[in-house]
Amino acid sequence: MALKIVKGSIDRMFDKNLQDLVRGIRNHKEDEAKYISTCIDEIKQELKQDNIAVKANAVCKLTYLQMLGYDVSWAAFNIVEVMSSSKFTYKRIGYLAASQCFHESTDVIMLTTNQIRKDLSSPNQYDTGVALTGLSCFVTPDLARDLANDIMTLMSHTKPYIRKKAVLIMYKVFLKYPESLRPAFPRLKEKLEDPDPGVQSAAVNVICELARRNPKNYLSLAPLFFKLMTSSTNNWVLIKIIKLFGALTPLEPRLGKKLIEPLTNLIHSTSAMSLLYECVNTVIAGHDVNGSPFLPPFSLALFLFLRFQLCVQKLRILIEDSDQNLKYLGLLAMSKILKTHPKSVQSHKDLILQCLDDKDESIRLRALDLLYGMVSKKNLMEIVKKLMLHVDKAEGTTYRDELLTKIIDICSQSNYQYITNFEWYISILVELTRLEGTRHGHLIASQMLDVAIRVKAIRVFAVAQMATLLDNAHLMTGNVQRKGICEVLYAAAWICGEFSEHLENPMQTLEAMLRPKVATLPGHIQAVYVQNAAKLFATLLKNQEGNTDRTAAQETSQLMIDRLPLFVQSANLEVQERASCILQLVKYIQKLQQKDVEVAEEVIALFAGELNPVAPKAQKKVPVPEGLDLDAWINEPPSESESEDEQPKAIFAKEEPKHSRARHTEVDEKELAKRREARKQEQANNPFYIKASPSSQKVYQEAPGVEHIPVVQIDLSVPLKVPGLPMSDQYVKLEEERRQKERVEKKKKEKKKRKEKRGGRGKKHDSGPESEEDITPAHMVDIVTEEMPENALPSDDDDKDPNDPHKALDIDLDKPLADSEKLPVRSHRAAEALKSPAEDGDAESPASQEPKKKSSKEKREKKKDKDGDRKVSVKNGNPTRETALWMYIYGDKKSSKHKKKKQKREKEEKEKKKKKKHHHHHHHSDGGGEESVQNGTVEEEEPLPVSVCHQSFTEIDIQGNLQDGSQVVVSVIFENKCDNFLKTMEFNVLDSLNSKLQRPEGSGPHDGLSVPFQLPPGVSNEARFVFTMQSIVMPQKLKGTLTFIIKDSSTHEKLDFKLHFTCSSYLITTPCYSDAFAKLLESGDLKCSSVRLEGVNMPFHHLLARICFHHHFSVVERIDSCASMYSRSIQGHHVCLLVKTSGQTVSIDAKCDEPTLLGNVLDEIKQTFSQC
Amino acid sequence: MIKAILIFNNHGKPRLSKFYEHYSEDTEQQIIRETFHLVSKRDENVCNFLEGGMLIGGSDYRLIYRHYATLYFVFCVDSSESELGILDLIQVFVETLDKCFENVCELDLIFHVDKVHNILAEMVMGGMVLETNMNEIITQVDSQNKMEKSEQSP
Repeated sequence: MALKIVKGSIDRMFDKNLQDLVRGIRNHKEDEAKYISTCIDEIKQELKQDNIAVKANAVCKLTYLQMLGYDVSWAAFNIVEVMSSSKFTYKRIGYLAASQCFHESTDVIMLTTNQIRKDLSSPNQYDTGVALTGLSCFVTPDLARDLANDIMTLMSHTKPYIRKKAVLIMYKVFLKYPESLRPAFPRLKEKLEDPDPGVQSAAVNVICELARRNPKNYLSLAPLFFKLMTSSTNNWVLIKIIKLFGALTPLEPRLGKKLIEPLTNLIHSTSAMSLLYECVNTVIAGHDVNGSPFLPPFSLALFLFLRFQLCVQKLRILIEDSDQNLKYLGLLAMSKILKTHPKSVQSHKDLILQCLDDKDESIRLRALDLLYGMVSKKNLMEIVKKLMLHVDKAEGTTYRDELLTKIIDICSQSNYQYITNFEWYISILVELTRLEGTRHGHLIASQMLDVAIRVKAIRVFAVAQMATLLDNAHLMTGNVQRKGICEVLYAAAWICGEFSEHLENPMQTLEAMLRPKVATLPGHIQAVYVQNAAKLFATLLKNQEGNTDRTAAQETSQLMIDRLPLFVQSANLEVQERASCILQLVKYIQKLQQKDVEVAEEVIALFAGELNPVAPKAQKKVPVPEGLDLDAWINEPPSESESEDEQPKAIFAKEEPKHSRARHTEVDEKELAKRREARKQEQANNPFYIKASPSSQKVYQEAPGVEHIPVVQIDLSVPLKVPGLPMSDQYVKLEEERRQKERVEKKKKEKKKRKEKRGGRGKKHDSGPESEEDITPAHMVDIVTEEMPENALPSDDDDKDPNDPHKALDIDLDKPLADSEKLPVRSHRAAEALKSPAEDGDAESPASQEPKKKSSKEKREKKKDKDGDRKVSVKNGNPTRETALWMYIYGDKKSSKHKKKKQKREKEEKEKKKKKKHHHHHHHSDGGGEESVQNGTVEEEEPLPVSVCHQSFTEIDIQGNLQDGSQVVVSVIFENKCDNFLKTMEFNVLDSLNSKLQRPEGSGPHDGLSVPFQLPPGVSNEARFVFTMQSIVMPQKLKGTLTFIIKDSSTHEKLDFKLHFTCSSYLITTPCYSDAFAKLLESGDLKCSSVRLEGVNMPFHHLLARICFHHHFSVVERIDSCASMYSRSIQGHHVCLLVKTSGQTVSIDAKCDEPTLLGNVLDEIKQTFSQC
Repeated sequence: MIKAILIFNNHGKPRLSKFYEHYSEDTEQQIIRETFHLVSKRDENVCNFLEGGMLIGGSDYRLIYRHYATLYFVFCVDSSESELGILDLIQVFVETLDKCFENVCELDLIFHVDKVHNILAEMVMGGMVLETNMNEIITQVDSQNKMEKSEQSP
């Protein structure tokens, strides 16, 4: 009975598929979260089942939950399990889940490399397709490097479905592994002319994406694209190509005129609006170039101009179109023209301003963008006025904020070039502070500061405005919604303080700054308030001491002393510190005042000097002095052991008790003055300090431009607005009047001039054509330029993002490929480097010694490597083909030094009959010397006594077979590198007592196995052979031969090779849960052994990945720099590892029920790491 | 490049989300919410383009969307894609869904989000447009489904 219930519930659990889950969630609207958490518990149960169907179902549900925002990364390992199912149904579920939730820092990704490689080479095209799709979403630099070669092979797959996917994914591979671009590029280029339109489209897609970032590298492809453009009928491809040409034409002016004809044809013939639009866009780009220094013949230029006009006209039609999409795109295209042809856009100002009233926000934003480039001195005020109207009307803060930033952008662009009246601009800024709920308070504030600092003539006006703002601060702080805007008070307070000498009523402002309400402002603003209150105080003292009545000055001090304690209690450290400092100072001053000492001069000296604006990038531009290395250690860093020793000391030996501050206060005023003087000196000599310019001496003189003090208008009718501020509109009127007057005057003058001198025309003409020039600024404005450090480095790369992945793809693609650039292929480790001397029977042979040396150098840099090669050839005394052969092999290995899942041994022979004898010797010797260490085996092909160049290429992968504890599958890839057809290949191995090649029934123990295919030139294929093993505790070596017939010569040829079965190849990656692992260790029937690796210089996860990868382990648990790993042999031996690392030392403690096997595995691990 | 493809209904419930760049689950949800907020407040007869939100995109990116009955289909793309081209692609996507589900409606997407993903995978791969020909897409989807069936029957 109970069993029945359990069974029933299990059944139900299994039954809940994705649809049930969705239905369930919909039925539990009130307690969705609770329902989902029970579902997740069920899923966890399901994932523990062995049944892959159940697991896949669970993963499928997780994918859905991920979309709802649940983190499912905990199931990453199960996803990998489902991915590796042999059934397409489950595999697809697994890959989908992986593509949704894997990313670069998902650590199980490193376990997937082998699986993905297997799927990529699956005979089923959909397995491959699914793997490619998944990989495109989660490819990491490691995966890209390891799989680049496999994907590149797929680019020539027989099925177009695979080809197009492989081509497309190459872009992702390039991004993650830029070194692959050059080797893969020729094939990619080939695919532009693929017979299948889908593949072609994919190749165009990838190249366009690459060329967009680095167009100059792809100029050489222009003819090819040109051909495609005139032949293709696929709109999608055409659009891409036309876009690409848009990027190329600026670089190659001749292209522009070549394109005109086909583009015009397209413009006239196509019915697809999308294509038409892109054509127009590109014609515009083409035109731009022809306006540049590379001016084509005049007639052509004229033609282009007409064309261009047509395009702009066409754009106008687009904008007037009732279809909103075309309107939007028309504006977008206009903004492209604007950069080069502002005038032709300016003539459409009416239309663009009209778009500002559009109901569609996207269109309004586009129009705004255009306005930015359209302003001139003449129309700035008008445009801004229009924008201000929109600000008032705008609903929704996003659009209003956008308007606000645009207004500021427009006004401040190119160093306030278009502003003729800064009073107007300040009042615009002040008006903007009335916006409700804007996020851009700081933007307005920084503009206020910038203008007040850099435009000296405006300070009087600015200070008056800011004082009013401070007085009305309650309007800004009262409302929670207006929080962003209170940033403006920061600027207001600073300006009033810094330029306090211009204040009309400093006492009132001081009081405004010390109101208790100020304490509700954000800390950094309060701090500025306090500091600037002190500046104001200094100015006040100066004014008041001039009077005969001293009480006023004392009252001011009293005010400070009364109000400051509020800030001393502030929770903000900055405020507290400044307030207490200033409070003490004022108290001291008060004491002096009571003694009738004149203090104003000294107090004011505290804030003497003028602050000059510093360019935003100034600090970055300071050149690093010669010989200064900022990365070098000043003192040698303490070693780890040392610091451990010293730590306890530090606890007991406490620092000396600090002297209280009182000590510092003892320093008398004179000393202070002296120090100040010294500091000033030091600052004067220090380029990093903002120096007081000579003009600062005049600070306390009467400021210029008193006549600019405006008549303040009080506007009481609108209570919400800040009262007492002049409206910017007035300035517009004033400005118009002023301009009118100027014009009249100018005319008068001109008339006079004309009367005086008839020949003076030329001069007049200079200022004549553009009325821009006629507009003189209202004030003689001196815009202070921002300071730059002396000898600043002129660099224009400031704006480039160093993290841009496309920077790495800026690669010259026309250079021929160097060997060192080959894609890493799965290859066997450099066997020579690992082979023990005892094994090396032919050590005397010079040919086998050379490679040995070479391989030890493998890791070094290219240059060194080349040198090494040269040495080899010299020593050989025979710099001929054989040495070339060796160089080739080693060059290749170097590029494949990365960790790799499988190994591949590459071997090639190039031979001529003449050297036959020599060769024989040579190859025999190396044949004896080649053994691989890891789970793969080396394959030797002996020289072929053929007159043609002959190369063969083999790859071996040995894998244990789980089904049968004594079987090992060896897959060999044969590649025919010669020019002749190879047939009747036979593979034979000399059996040993322990291991036997499985032969079909009826054949004798020494018969070879025929390879089930023939090899045309340049083709590779894979064959699998099964071996039976008696014991797996020891590594094995088997000798074998491959015989084959070369078709034309019909001679029998023979290649000898050796197969090396490592112990690691008998291990099978088996996941193990930590509880099971713990039980296993506790069981006590495992033998222990350990090994220490020195000088391993790689991150811990790489180290683990390497072990997982080469020796088929899986990580059970990882804690910091310690990890437990597990694997199982095909005969069921458990192997457990505990890997710890500290510094460059790695210690591995291992347990296994078979000590010999364990010893051998550890030796192999040691060898893996001795190579790196 | 396409940065993300989102499908949600008139109430902002996600029906499919495909991000071609990694975001945390929380950010993904925020992006969906933000995008819904931006898109849903737009009238029916305004343009289909939208400058991207705060979370996704930046100046080079824009949202291109279409509204069908109860569903919004939103693509977030950069400037290398043709705006009108993507609009056509959305149309192809929806027509393909219509063919594969026979008169597609929101419920089909709700209950078979995995199938929608599989169809999408034949059109867009890793953020790049793979295939725009509807017949080709349907052929590939169908033969994969056939394969799935053949695996289940024996």
